[in-house]
Formats: sequence, structure tokens, C-alpha cells
Amino acid sequence: MTVKLPIYMDNNATTPVDPRVLEAMLPYFQDVFGNAASRNHQFGWDAEDAVDKARHQVASLIGADVKSIVWTSGSTESNNLAIKGAAEMYKDKGRHIITARHEHKAVLDPCKRLMKEGFDVTWLEPGEDGIIYGEQVAEAIRDDTILVTIMWANNEIGTVNEAEQIGKICKEKGVVFHTDATQYVGKLPTNVEEAGVDLLSASGHKIYGPKGCGFLYVRRRRPRIRLTPIMEGGGHERGMRSGTLNVPGIVGVGAACEICGLEMAEESSRLSVLRDKLIDSILGGLDTAVLNGHGTKRLPHTANISFPYVEGESLLMAMKQVALSSGSACTSASLEPSYVLKALGRGDDLAHSSIRFGLGRFNTEEEVDYVIDKIVRAVQHLLDLSPLYDMFREGVDLSKVQWAAH
Amino acid sequence: MAYSDKVIDHYEHPRNVGTLDKDDSGVGTGVVGAPECGDVMKLQIQVDEKTGVITDAKFKTFGCGSAIASSSLATEWMKGKTVDDALQIKNTDIVQELSLPPVKIHCSVLAEDAIRSAIADYQNKQSEQAGARSDQVSLAVE
Repeated sequence: MTVKLPIYMDNNATTPVDPRVLEAMLPYFQDVFGNAASRNHQFGWDAEDAVDKARHQVASLIGADVKSIVWTSGSTESNNLAIKGAAEMYKDKGRHIITARHEHKAVLDPCKRLMKEGFDVTWLEPGEDGIIYGEQVAEAIRDDTILVTIMWANNEIGTVNEAEQIGKICKEKGVVFHTDATQYVGKLPTNVEEAGVDLLSASGHKIYGPKGCGFLYVRRRRPRIRLTPIMEGGGHERGMRSGTLNVPGIVGVGAACEICGLEMAEESSRLSVLRDKLIDSILGGLDTAVLNGHGTKRLPHTANISFPYVEGESLLMAMKQVALSSGSACTSASLEPSYVLKALGRGDDLAHSSIRFGLGRFNTEEEVDYVIDKIVRAVQHLLDLSPLYDMFREGVDLSKVQWAAH
Repeated sequence: MAYSDKVIDHYEHPRNVGTLDKDDSGVGTGVVGAPECGDVMKLQIQVDEKTGVITDAKFKTFGCGSAIASSSLATEWMKGKTVDDALQIKNTDIVQELSLPPVKIHCSVLAEDAIRSAIADYQNKQSEQAGARSDQVSLAVE
């Protein structure tokens, strides 16, 4: 087996720029370098044309009106603008916001900030399958609810929430629906009209585009959503996000979206086959391994697997030739269990480690085979070394043992 | 983090992995650490009850590579030593041998704790046995 090492399998963290995307971007650094806001010369017009084209490419990927795309620096900014901007704009209607425990920090932290400013936040709890269902949102909505912010797909475990149902409920109740779709857009068919999404965040670098550039979809009709800006200045982007546009980045995000749209069907089916091979082979090779989150309602390229009785750092030591993300219960960097797995009821059991496998456009089947073989061997080696695994097999309940702390 | 070659060697080829019969009077067992701290070490010694020499040592460790290496090294060092000599093994010796960085010193401390705990267990068993024997003697005297 000839596999080039190291292998990159952390595509939920970031993706390499697709060579076609890079090619599209290059002219906009030096040849077409104008400020898209310069209205009185050719340089500005050319830059504006490029931005307009990218707006079309993005809008077409998510089924949106072209004018509803606001360029940002990425999903963290988009989430901040959506959540804080909507809360500020609609605070006279009510001060209640609904989100979930296992959202990305870029959603949790703005919500916590708003709590300090007097908003009331409901933190929905997912079940063991990691999914937020429409009915959970329906039950939590009150007369003073102004915003529901629920991610489309979870970054750590890859599960897909019931965005369509949530959107429908929000429409019925007249509540603004924001979704952090960073992991979802470009991977599975996205339509903001069908899903009743009012605000949608996404980033270029998760879809083979550049880092530092993303967008926020802001619904313009039925209903028109207004936001109080965070960044004030030249009044760019309909006043919602001032600042000179990052033209090369925007061109890259547009090109990345177009490629995702064209290749999504083929790519998602190819990756889901590899993902299932990864899950089935690892779970088949190790009786202790557990898939985190729903078995099928998940992104085509993401799987998160827990390895009980095996410590995280020792496992990653064996996997040092493979770039993986450890949603680990116990690593040297932090003994804090992952809050996402904790939300699923998996975090309290500290005697395990979890790994996120993030497949991408450039992963091959040979790489997947290599990773399966490595991980199964490494976990088996560590289980043979694990006193906790022995205790488990002897029927000892680890949570009831009196440990001699050191 | 960069691991030393010796840590990697012990991690990839751990010495003396296994389990001894904890109910054997010549076996001492020490279990130290806690899952929530990220390390649990189980260290066992088989002692020749006549000579006090450690004839075998086994370990199992849940923990990082340095924790595995520290306990693996501890078993290597204990074998062939008397119980009293084994008590002289210091965590600093382990740090030096494995070139552990400061953030991993706790692994060596845990290994020293495991050595002491296994020996203490063996010695407790011995004194209990001696106690049982002297009980029998005093009964005979009565």
C-alpha cells in the first residue's frame, strides 16, 4: 500500500484551497486589485463585477436572492452579526433566545454575552443521538422569543439537525431563525427558502475556499430581516458590515461554492461510502468502539468515534502520521471533557478518548484503509495495556471505584 | 509534543505487560491514579518470600505515552531487586532515564507511587500472615 504521509483527515477544521479556486483568485491580487466600492473608475468596476459574480455563485448554492448575501470574515463573524445584530434589532419585541448546548462556541459565546445584557436564553439539550428536533424548538418558543439559533450540522460529531422543521415552526411563530451552516453548506443540498432560514452563516475555508472570508445570508423578503451592525463605517453591504471588501477572498468563496454545487452529488456519495467503511471497519474491528451521534442523520464526510478505556494522548501518539481531531475526554492539553460529547451524555465517562474523522475532497480510499488499520491496531495495543479494560471485563463499575487520587 | 526515543520505544514495545494473581501471598499489587486525571497505573510484583527478591513484575497503564513508559521502565528496574532495593527507585531516576519534560514529571511520580503501593501491599500480606502464624502459636501455647 503506497500512501503519502502524513495524511490529512481533519477537513471539519479546515480544507485546502481547491486549485481551481486558487486559480480564480489569483488575478484579484495584482491585476484586478481595485476597491469594489470605487464607483468612478474601471478598477473599481472590475472589482465590483467580480464580487457580484461571487454573490451569484453563493446565492445559487443556497437557493437565495443575490442581494441577501453579506460578506464577512467567516462564520465566527457571521454568527456574531446574526445573533447580536438580531437581538439588538428586535429586543423591543422580546428578549428570549433559543439555542442548543452543543452549538459552536461562536454561537454559545454571543448568546452568553446577550444573557449578561439581560436576554433570557434557553439551551436545548440534545438526546444521545445529538440531534435537535423541531418539536424541541416548538416546545421552547414563548411569546417573547425573538431568535432561534440552531446549527444545521454539528462540527464535532457531524449530526444534522432538523433545520427544515425548525424553520417551519419559526415561520409559524414569527420568530427569526438563524442557522450556523458552516459544516453543512457545500456538502449537502441547501435551500434557505425550503428550510425557512432567515439568517445563515458559512465560511469559505470549510468548502475548499480561502480562510478569512465567508458570508451571512440575510433574508430580504417574507419577512425582511434587519440587523444592527457590529462593524460600522463606510456602510458597505447594505450597512450591515462596513469595511473594504476582500475581493480575492470573495472571488475564492464564490468559485468554491460553484464547484461544490456542481460536484456535490458525486462527492457526497463518494465520501459517504468512505465514511461508512471507516465506521463499519472500526466498529467491526473493536467491540468497545462507539459511534457518537445518530447513525445516518449525519454529514457525508464526518464520523466521531469514542474508544473507551483508552487515553486520548496515547492514542494520538500512535496516530501521529494522521491529522485527526481529538474530541478527547482526556488529553494533556485539557482534562475538560468535550462539551459537545458531554451534551450527549458521553462526557461524564472520562475513561475514554474520542476522535473525529473529517474526510474531504482529496482523501482517497487507500488513505481511509491506512487509517482504519492504524487505529484498530493502536486501540487494540492500548486496550491490552489498559487496567481499566481489565476491570470492565471483570464486571467492575468504574464509576464506583474509589480511586487513589495523586 | 516531542517524545524521547526511549519513551517511544517503551510505548511501542512495552516490557512486562500483564497480570499476576493478586491473591497469591507472594504478589503485591498497587493501583494508583484516577481516570479523571488521565492516568491509572496497575503494578504488580512477584516476590520470593524466602529471599525478598522480586522475581517478576507486571504492569498495565491507562495514560499517555510517558505514563506507559514510566511504568514499563519501573517493572524492568524492579525485577531482580530485593524489595528494599526497589524502594530506593526514585521518580527523578525515571525522569532522567526517559528524558521526561516538566509537564510529564507527574507520570514518574505516579510510577514511584505504584512501586511503593505494590510493595506495601506485599508487606501487608506478609505481616498479616505472620500475625496469623503467631496467633496459631499462641493458641498452641494455651
